[in-house]
Amino acid sequence: MSVAVATGLYGISFGALSVVAGVSVPQTMVLSLLLFSGGSQFALVGVVAAGGSPVAAVATSTLLGVRNTLYGAVVAPLLGVRGWRRLAAAQLTIDESTAVAVGQRERAATRAGFWVTGIGVFVLWNAFTLLGALAGDALGDPRSWGLDAAAGAAFLALVWPRLAARPAQVVAALAVAVTAALVPFVPAGLPVLAAAAVAIVVGVVATPRPGARPGAAA
Amino acid sequence: MTAGVLWATVLVASVLSLGLKLAGHLVPEHWLATDRVQRTSTLVTVALLVSLVVVQTFADGQALVVDARVPALAVAALALALRAPFIVVVLLAAATAAGLRALGWG
Repeated sequence: MSVAVATGLYGISFGALSVVAGVSVPQTMVLSLLLFSGGSQFALVGVVAAGGSPVAAVATSTLLGVRNTLYGAVVAPLLGVRGWRRLAAAQLTIDESTAVAVGQRERAATRAGFWVTGIGVFVLWNAFTLLGALAGDALGDPRSWGLDAAAGAAFLALVWPRLAARPAQVVAALAVAVTAALVPFVPAGLPVLAAAAVAIVVGVVATPRPGARPGAAA
Repeated sequence: MTAGVLWATVLVASVLSLGLKLAGHLVPEHWLATDRVQRTSTLVTVALLVSLVVVQTFADGQALVVDARVPALAVAALALALRAPFIVVVLLAAATAAGLRALGWG
């Protein structure tokens, strides 16, 4: 449940940031109800706020959502659901529900963990998005509340646990360099996509050497 | 963006998001279980999030600037290193930036 509560509170930040980015309250709610993937939602709103193109906004959001496809492939055999329940399970397949589900030993606990976490996060995320969106309209200048800095911190917190491995650290360093180099010269949204393209190249091209150990000198 | 374009952006992104999730539940697991697919997906997620950190912290339109967001991010990194929960990290960063701006900087 602590997972669901933390995510719900995070929803306030999203709702507020979204409306101050110029996304209406109904549009913000559609994002939380239908898109329902925190990182993708923050990314889409971030590109809109920066004046990026619709294509860049959709592409960034969608690329961030690709990991949910991999999560789905992991949890689907564990859940064993059909019909409309499968659609519901797909919509609830996110970082939190997947992490809780695969962390259980018993099949029954896996299923319960997935549904309780998924539904809990969904309900709280949407309730707090609405609260944040309504508050955002009343906040005035979001910068005086530090909401712009909150978005950067949220992305850092999302990536933090993924930075343990050496290849991830290398890609992170490349992403910083590519983004900083491109921001002054290309439209908003494109530096983020360029960083993703670099990661795809590294992922496809870099084949682990036989016998290479994690943490060995690079 | 106009309201119409923004609606299209929101709806297309939402449909694609649900489509990606559903695809994971429908395709055979072994299609996605290869090392290369897993590794590339992980790296793409890292690159996107790190790039978004840089944009959210240093970009002001197309200019790179240093303002109250930078010390706020440093505070967030410190909090993460100390294993603070997600919401604490986000709130500390917001409070840092808000505090510095209240003092007239950044």
